[in-house]
Formats: sequence, structure tokens, C-alpha cells
Amino acid sequence: MTIDESIATDGEKAVQGQNVYVYEAPVRIWHWVNAFSILTLALTGYLIGSPPPSVPGEASANFLMGYFRFMHFAAGQVLAVFLILRLYWAFVGNVHARQIFYVPFWSVRFWKEWLHEVRWYTFLARQPRKYVGHNPLAQLTMLPMFILPLFFLVITGFALYSEGAGRDSWEYQLFGWVFSIWPNSQDIHTFHHLGMWVILVFIMVHIYVAVREDIVSRQSIISSMISGERLFKDRAD
Amino acid sequence: MAAAETFYDFIRRQGITRRSFTKFCSLTAASLGFGPGAARAMAMALETKERVAVIWMHGLECTCCSESFIRSAHPLVKDVVLSMISLDYDDTIMAAAGDQAEAILEETKEKYKGKYILAVEGNPPLNEDGMFCIDGGRPFVEKLKWMAKDAFAIIAWGACASWGCVQAAKPNPTQATPIDKVILDKPIIKVPGCPPIAEVMTGVVTFITTFGKLPELDRQGRPKMFYSQRIHDKCYRRPHYDAGQFVEEWDDEGARKGYCLYKMGCKGPTTYNACSTIRWNGGVSFPIQSGHGCIGCSEDGFWDNGFYDRLTNLHQFGIEANADKVGLTAAGIVGGAIAAHAAVTAVKRVTSKREKADA
Repeated sequence: MTIDESIATDGEKAVQGQNVYVYEAPVRIWHWVNAFSILTLALTGYLIGSPPPSVPGEASANFLMGYFRFMHFAAGQVLAVFLILRLYWAFVGNVHARQIFYVPFWSVRFWKEWLHEVRWYTFLARQPRKYVGHNPLAQLTMLPMFILPLFFLVITGFALYSEGAGRDSWEYQLFGWVFSIWPNSQDIHTFHHLGMWVILVFIMVHIYVAVREDIVSRQSIISSMISGERLFKDRAD
Repeated sequence: MAAAETFYDFIRRQGITRRSFTKFCSLTAASLGFGPGAARAMAMALETKERVAVIWMHGLECTCCSESFIRSAHPLVKDVVLSMISLDYDDTIMAAAGDQAEAILEETKEKYKGKYILAVEGNPPLNEDGMFCIDGGRPFVEKLKWMAKDAFAIIAWGACASWGCVQAAKPNPTQATPIDKVILDKPIIKVPGCPPIAEVMTGVVTFITTFGKLPELDRQGRPKMFYSQRIHDKCYRRPHYDAGQFVEEWDDEGARKGYCLYKMGCKGPTTYNACSTIRWNGGVSFPIQSGHGCIGCSEDGFWDNGFYDRLTNLHQFGIEANADKVGLTAAGIVGGAIAAHAAVTAVKRVTSKREKADA
């Protein structure tokens, strides 16, 4: 499917009371597994960077940092596996499944509608346009603020993991090239840490606009990620 | 300079017995982590091969590498310098001076063309045509390139030659540049550290002289046998890290109990070196054992990363900011913007409803 065709489908005008099946089951499962993985990763990752006060007792009787690290690694691997599955689904799933992986940069229509969406969010436009999939502003934000940072975090995460797994590990074979870009892994730690904050800031905006659109735009946003169906509450404009 | 003399000839002439010689071979083989057959191979090599000529040059540096090198215990540095290699030139410790000393370089270039090892301590500054480091009447960078041309391989001693070190700290006014960015056509073996561990240095020299080739190098050009694990992986305080027991202040109970120095900014988790296994001064101690965190002196950019914080200072964002401060600030701004946006949305909704009701 070409980009223009998919815009045509994504940008389909909705009619009154229309119920459209948008997010297929794998996309929804990915969304929520991802959400909980990220929550675990951010929490344990923060604690690895800034550990809690020392635990009392013998070292042999405690394994606090060990558990933090285990949870971080486990959640990271889950996230990575599901990201691969999600990427696969972008190819075999419906049109909406691939929307967050690209930006139709050369499409004039996309930028026009993007501008309208910006005007809507700056209170200049009175009504938002309704979209079956993501609106152009959301699509433009998803890629640089979420999908790319997510890949960055997975890649640097596996590179950092390879430090403990050793030079013979598959993690090092696959991701050791990261150390050719930044030889000192302290820098990779720093960028990995900054990446977390990019994702967290994205999540703040993501949750806010999801709730807001659900109320203001009179279309289902939050429940769509559970049922998969987008419900348009009013007659189309 | 006896050209065809082997290491074995040389030490026998010095009155060392064959028994001592084989003992040396097996000890060195063991310290390099080789299997049982290696001691024999080593003995064979030392008996048959010509001693390797080494030229040791000094650029911008502090001579701490030399200071470390001369304290090697296994093998003793006297064995390395006087017997194993033929150290033909080292301007800091050699007896010859002036024209006499410089003549040795010419001689070595001719006599051992493509065979000698060029060991470089320090690095060349490139700014102002290299005028910040003059050695023998010309910029060091010229001398380095000139000697590198006919070398078999180059050993980059220490953090200076490997990464740049403190003279390359931001903003690097002299443009001090590591060897591998200046010499592009020769095999370069990086032995980073500030300084490198003495036994690592002599170990690398022993390997090259014994086998006539470079040891296996990692992605960064460091010998794998000494630089493939982090200080953290082999640290004797690691159990305290896994348990979650940290030194919180330099003089607290945790410090007395020898807890992990992670929170004091120890760079063990990101530093590849052999300090926690080989240790220093003949195995006496190493920084963490002495109660101070690792500063990561064998890593690229350690001089700009700060010694006492786990989260690196990001200089792009004002004076004092790490990833968490930057992230929290961004989150705060975005959170504020979201709150304001939500407020405006609410007001708009109320007013537009009123308009509708009026109409």
C-alpha cells in the first residue's frame, strides 16, 4: 500500500455513529505489554541509577540490586520481543498498524491537515478533524518521540547488557557496534538514561491528549485501545 | 647492539641458568592465562628469535606510564628492558643524549625496517602545526609519523596515546590527539590507563616479543586478555553492590565496612581494565581496595566525566545538570504546559457551551 492510499484510509471521513475497527488484537496487546514493561523499566532503571539507602545485614543475605537488575533485564527483553512482533505486525496487519512507523513527509495534504491539528491544539481551530487512525500531529510525534527513542533504548540497552554478558555473548556480537560510536559506556549509560526521560515526557503528553480527545473530540480514544473499535459520538462535520 | 642475538643467548651470557629460564617462561605463560603448552612455545620462541627492537617515544604526557612500567614485578622490568627486548631508544631513561640519541632513530629505521616496535607514550598536539610539543628540534607529530612509517606495529601506552587524556580535556586548546587518529596505516595496540598497570604493560611486550604478533584486540584496539572485563565484574566489593549496600559518605559506617562505592561515583561498572584482578604494585592493592572509587582512567573521556558522580554531568545544560535533572526539568515544563492546556480547554468548553446555549 502506498503512503497516499493509507492517508486516504486513515483520513476517511467518519459518518454518524460510525463504529470502526481500528486496532487489531496484536496492536492492543503490544500497547499494554509495552506500557507495563516501560513502567517496570523506568522504575527499576531509575533505581539502578540512584539506588535506595543501604540495606542492613550481611551481603550474602541480600540481593536487592540483583533483583532490580533482573526485573530491568526481564522487562527489557519482553519489550524487545514485543517490539519485534509489533514491527512484524506493521507489515502483515491492517493499515493502521503501520501508521506510527513512518511520516508521509512529501505529502502536501498531510502537512495541511497537520497544520489544522496544530491550530486545534493552540485553540485557533474550533473543531478537530476526525480520523480513524492517528491524526497527523500524533503520527508526527509518535515516530521521533516514541518509536525511535524506543529503538534507541533497546539497542543501547542490549549493548549495556552485553557488558555483563561478556564479549562472547550474542548481545555483544549484535550490539557491540554501539561501543564503536561511544567507546566509554558511561556515555551510553547517560544517553540511555536521557532516553527514559524522553519516553516519560512522551507518556505524559500521550495520556493527556488521549484523555482530552476522548472528552473534547467526541470520539473514543481510551476504550479503543481496549476494544479496538473507534466510536464517533457525533455526526461527521 | 648485537643484531642476531636471541633472548636466550643474552640471558645465558648474563649467567642465568636454563632452569631459571624455563621457570620464567612458565610463570609468564601462566600470568598471561595460557594453557600448559604455551610455556614450551614461549621458550622455543625466545631461544630462536632475534630480540625485538623497541623505540619508546614521549609526546604530550606526564611519564606516569614509564613510572608504572619500571615497577613491573612479573616479569621484572629489568628482565624486559635488559634482556627480552632491545630498548634502543627512550629519551627519558636512556644514557645517550642530543645528536647521539637522535642518530639511534635513523639507525633503527634502517636496520630494523618494518620490524621494530614503536611504543608511544603521550600524544601529539596538532594545533599550530604541532608547535605545542617540540621533541629533538621538531614537532612531535612529525617525529611520530616519521618513525611510524617503518614500524612493525605501534603500542599506544596509556590514556594519552589511546584516548587523549587530560591534555585533551575540553576545550582541548592544543588539540592533543590520540595516536590512532594520526597514524592510520599501522596496527595500533592501545594499552589505556593513567597509567596502565605495570604487569599489563610488560605482559603486552612479552606477548609481542614471544609470538612476533599482536595479541588479540577488541573493538577499541585493546588487548582482550587484559581489557575484556570491567573492574565491576571482578571487584571484591561486588557482593555489596548486588545486595544493595553502599558507601553513602566517605566517613560513614558503610565505608568502614567496605561497602560498594557505586554511590560515590565509582566508575568500576563502565571501566575495562585489570585492576581488580592484577592490582597494583605487585598485587598489593588497587583504588577500590584503598576505599576510593575507580575514576575510570582507562576509558575514553574519563577526564571530562567527573570522578564522584554516577550520573554524568551534562555540560550542555548549564553548570550542574545530570540526566535526571534534565529529565525532571523537561517533565516539569511539559507537565506545566499540560496543566495550562487542560485549563484553557476547560474554559473554552464552558464558554462554547454557553454560546451554544445562548444561540
